[in-house]
Amino acid sequence: MQIKRKAFIGVVSLVLGLTPMVASVSAQAAGSTLDVVTQRGHLQCGVSQGLPGFSNPDDKGNWTGIDVDFCKAVAAAIFGDAKKVKFTPLSAKERFTAIQSGEVDIIARNTTWSMHRDTALGVDFRAVNYYDGQGFMVRADLGVTSTAELDGATLCTNQGTTTELNAADYFRANNMQYEIVAFEKADEAVAAYNSGRCDAYTTDHSALYAQRLKLTDPQGHIVLPEIISKEPLGPAVRQGDNNWGDIVAWVHYATVAAEELGVTSKNIAAMGNSSNPSVKRLLGKDGTFGRNLGIPADWAMQAIKQVGNYGEIFERNVGINTPLGIERGYNALWTDGGLQYAPPIR
Amino acid sequence: MLGALLLAMVWLVANVQSNLERQNINSGFGFLSERAGFGINQTLIDYTEDSSFGRVLTVGLLNTLLVSVFGVFFATVLGFALGVARLSGNWLINKTAMVYVEIFRNVPLLLQIMFWYFGVLRNLPSPRKAVSLGDTMFLSNRGIVVPAIEAASGAGWYVAAFGLSLAAFIWLRRRARLARLADGALMPFWRPLLTVVLASIGVAALLAGVPFSLDVPALKGFNFRGGITVIPEFVALLLALSLYTAAFIAEIVRAGIQSVSKGQREAAAALGLPDKTALRLVVIPQALRVIIPPLTSQYLNLTKNSSLAVAIAYPDIVSVFAGTTLTQVGQAVEIIFITMMIYLSLSLMTSYAMNRYNARIALVGQNT
Repeated sequence: MQIKRKAFIGVVSLVLGLTPMVASVSAQAAGSTLDVVTQRGHLQCGVSQGLPGFSNPDDKGNWTGIDVDFCKAVAAAIFGDAKKVKFTPLSAKERFTAIQSGEVDIIARNTTWSMHRDTALGVDFRAVNYYDGQGFMVRADLGVTSTAELDGATLCTNQGTTTELNAADYFRANNMQYEIVAFEKADEAVAAYNSGRCDAYTTDHSALYAQRLKLTDPQGHIVLPEIISKEPLGPAVRQGDNNWGDIVAWVHYATVAAEELGVTSKNIAAMGNSSNPSVKRLLGKDGTFGRNLGIPADWAMQAIKQVGNYGEIFERNVGINTPLGIERGYNALWTDGGLQYAPPIR
Repeated sequence: MLGALLLAMVWLVANVQSNLERQNINSGFGFLSERAGFGINQTLIDYTEDSSFGRVLTVGLLNTLLVSVFGVFFATVLGFALGVARLSGNWLINKTAMVYVEIFRNVPLLLQIMFWYFGVLRNLPSPRKAVSLGDTMFLSNRGIVVPAIEAASGAGWYVAAFGLSLAAFIWLRRRARLARLADGALMPFWRPLLTVVLASIGVAALLAGVPFSLDVPALKGFNFRGGITVIPEFVALLLALSLYTAAFIAEIVRAGIQSVSKGQREAAAALGLPDKTALRLVVIPQALRVIIPPLTSQYLNLTKNSSLAVAIAYPDIVSVFAGTTLTQVGQAVEIIFITMMIYLSLSLMTSYAMNRYNARIALVGQNT
């Protein structure tokens, strides 16, 4: 009995001892993210578990992709070194908890910006680095050419995404029947589709192209042209640290502005001598933009020099000359009829 | 002391709540009545996209229970058979059981689930080339489709007939047992039971005719329509859970039987009991006392292991509630808490039932 009581006291004091620690950890997390990141010496970036073109480890284990490049650009802006970033692969289910709890500083994980997520989950979406929409992929020999012919189809998809809801809405709105098989990981969803469990695989259009590369016979599958939803994908940060959100947003805008101004990673040295006032402000030769954000004055210059402007990032990872072969489309600059538009840096 | 613990708990809850509020994360259980908006491919109760998240919880829980109950049943049957086979004097049977046990209990369960799902599924034909049994049952990579029995009005008479037969079975068995214990008399059992069953079905047929029709599945478009579909995720999960747990149960059964001293068996033989009867009446009842407690753990393990369903998209509670619902709503603390409480209750209920059973057989053992 004596022993039991001792153990009991031990448990209680452990609980009581731990709780203030929990409280202090979360209090620290609620402090300035920039200070935490600078002290730690690297940026902790939440990415997907492997989506070619967006965030995917290559054959040497280095992360590549449009979202990975975004995090590298943020690291370059803060530290002047794009290598000072570490990546945490997250499932769709884990991602918001990871950013809420402070496990990562930012999630760049092909995540759709929706009102519910922005307002109810304690996260803030600050930019859109890829305008996407949900689509369907089917076997070419099925003879289906439009999503309107998918009545009664079985759909494979990944769990914990907007995809499940969009598919439900689309099929019900069009009075069509469907059956959904939702997997925790994209790899398993694709494997099940590949083995014939489902008639169609549905997810964001860009991801369909990416996942098609993983199939045994990529040419035997077609991506249907229809897009059934709006999926603006972008980086998200914890709510309540506006300065950190500003840094994330303006790193994205800087890459877009650089493309608009014709500044690339290759010509940036020459551009440093440009007399164009817009370029001078972007590259930190003029104004106090870096100081306002609390990071070095050459923040944008480092990001562009080490990672590239938006067009370079896009073409390198998902563009027409990559295995994904995606055209700029909505992701062209506004000057080319697309949606990528940076507010003025002034 | 209890007060201090309670105080600590209250403080913890308050701390979590204030932290969530400060970070602008929704909290509370109001989401349970909100519209879910997503589809689920196996529902034992009515469910549409318009149902609430609370309904999702029920659907997921029932799916977990379904696979667990079937899994426990098959694992027990197979495990007992294997356990007895392990002690067989026949070299081939003995070694086959041994190889089975060593393979299935040493390969991680998740791999086994993946194997049954991806390894077996991949080799099944598409619905258009489905293997059919008399054009009523079909096997394809969409699962096993069987005809459904649809009941019209008047089916109630048959339910009543079944109830009557069941009551007769219980009463007759009890009567026979009491008579045997009282003075060793043998009471008729099978003949009166058969009479009751046939008579009650006959009356039901006279009153209601045949109020059943078959809903035979047919290929239409992409897939079969009508009938009942047993989805491949369920089959794969059930196979993996049953086969894996059966290996452990086999070892428990073997240990239980071996724990009964050799003298008991020899005494039974000396009394002239045949081997099978000796096993049934002398060895197994004593072995059960050793078997039941670890068997309970295996049942609990099986139920908890069913949460690995999420890997192959079987819509169990972890998949649809702690998975899809969690990401749609984003309230991890509440949802994980509910899920943990449900698993805890399931485990406690199983333990309670098994402990009751254990107490009963333990008592019988001491009295004889």
